[in-house]
Amino acid sequence: MAKTITEINEKIKRGKAVVVTAEEIIEIAREKGIKKAAQEIDVVTTATFGPMCSSGAYLNIGHSKPRIKLGGGRAYLNDVPVYAGLAAADIFIGASALPDDDPRNKVHPGEFNYGGGHVIEELVAGKDIRLVAITYGTDCYPKKKLETWVNIKDINEAVLFNIRNAYQNYNVAANTSNKTIYTYMGVLKANLGNINYCSAGQLSPLLNDPYYQTIGIGTKIFLGGGIGFVAWQGTQHNPNVPRTEQGVPRGGAGTLRVIGDLKQMNSRWLLGSSMLGYGSTLTVGIGVAIPILSEEILGYTTVTDSEIFAPVVDYSDAYPNMKPDILGEVSYAQLKSGKVTIRGKDVPTASLSSYPKALQIAGILKEWILGGNFQLTEPVAPLPGVESGITFKPLKERPIE
Amino acid sequence: MVVSKRIVLRFPKRIVERPIVCRLVKDYDLEFNILKALVTPEEEGLLVLELSGEQEEYDNGIRYLTKTGVKIQSLSQDVMRNEERCTHCGACLTICPSGAFELDPITRMVNFRNEKCVACGLCIKACPPRAMEVHF
Repeated sequence: MAKTITEINEKIKRGKAVVVTAEEIIEIAREKGIKKAAQEIDVVTTATFGPMCSSGAYLNIGHSKPRIKLGGGRAYLNDVPVYAGLAAADIFIGASALPDDDPRNKVHPGEFNYGGGHVIEELVAGKDIRLVAITYGTDCYPKKKLETWVNIKDINEAVLFNIRNAYQNYNVAANTSNKTIYTYMGVLKANLGNINYCSAGQLSPLLNDPYYQTIGIGTKIFLGGGIGFVAWQGTQHNPNVPRTEQGVPRGGAGTLRVIGDLKQMNSRWLLGSSMLGYGSTLTVGIGVAIPILSEEILGYTTVTDSEIFAPVVDYSDAYPNMKPDILGEVSYAQLKSGKVTIRGKDVPTASLSSYPKALQIAGILKEWILGGNFQLTEPVAPLPGVESGITFKPLKERPIE
Repeated sequence: MVVSKRIVLRFPKRIVERPIVCRLVKDYDLEFNILKALVTPEEEGLLVLELSGEQEEYDNGIRYLTKTGVKIQSLSQDVMRNEERCTHCGACLTICPSGAFELDPITRMVNFRNEKCVACGLCIKACPPRAMEVHF
């Protein structure tokens, strides 16, 4: 029955493709069986919508008159420092950058109400952004100071470039200490007062393609409400982790690096966010369409929350101190029930990633494909798989004498 | 009939030092639970109360407060969710001490029941997209 992406694209063009979400496929496969479902279904859409700190955007603001060389100087967007170590008119803003005068955690927990993620949201929303730069003058770039409003519609390029997004599974966070802690996994109450998790589970892109058989470099995706592409594996991409019999990683594993034109995205799907006591970030919406090229590929998309397990990590000790110990392993079905049992205690659970929004993204991507507006792509190279031998290394610290 | 309502009281500067709320107990047989109290640098007082008692006494008590010059608002209008910013992630669920957020097990949407809200403000900063807003 093996189909090709070209054949599926032909069907999309003719409006004949059968497209379902990664949630819908579960029931369909249960009713019809994998074999029949694989014959009938052409595409399964997956999605995730959660805070992703390794997100950012590069901009080319155009040349001022007289010219200014931002590279080597300092530049700010709405007081948030941006990276100016490139050529004259190029800057990069990271989601977790903070204004120099933000008090951080001086009064703990800091609020982090405005950072790079918020600048990106406002830029995409079409708001004017204040650019301030100070640099040195040269014969060809004499201007040393710049203060101007910039708007996404006027600048040459604005490109979202997230070096690590869409984690394939993730830690579940708990706190065994006797005080509340404030982490990138949210507010964690003392003495196992609550548990936070952050994955779309059965809807998450890489959990539906656990061995990266269809998602690869060059894959076209839904990114922030527009079109984007997988540019590379994300940083910390780590395929060599323990997996279940069905191949599902039992913890954080693969990641995606994604890129796309910010000018066609929507701030509904790129939301500046603040993690109390931790920092600012960007909540990113990503959707990936999986072409059903074989029964095996369809089989992987039928994964359910009860088959995906994640380690419960103590963020008061094991996580900060790089200890490997875990408090246990729980499934996303258990997490979504509202409570899990850890060390004999019923602990209430909450999510940081939005399942309803992920479901909406999977639905939008499905509509795009059904409407003939989104053709699937053949990856130009695969993401490194289990055979790559990649391992996730800690920092090798060497004292400087 | 016993009623229980959560209200926001604003005390203008001139009456901030007068004993007023205690009269609700002595004269009107009402019970109160202070949810939040604040005196601003301008010396205006703000008090968020859960006030309960017999309907008739409750109404008399409110009339008394109004007469003294206290401005009264009902609380449920003061804590709001910005629906544009809420992503229904659920980060607020385990933070709220009064269970004002409920997760719909089917849609996984988070419902905000502001009648259960005690205006403690814990959700405001625990919400990553800052969708919860308190207006006093």
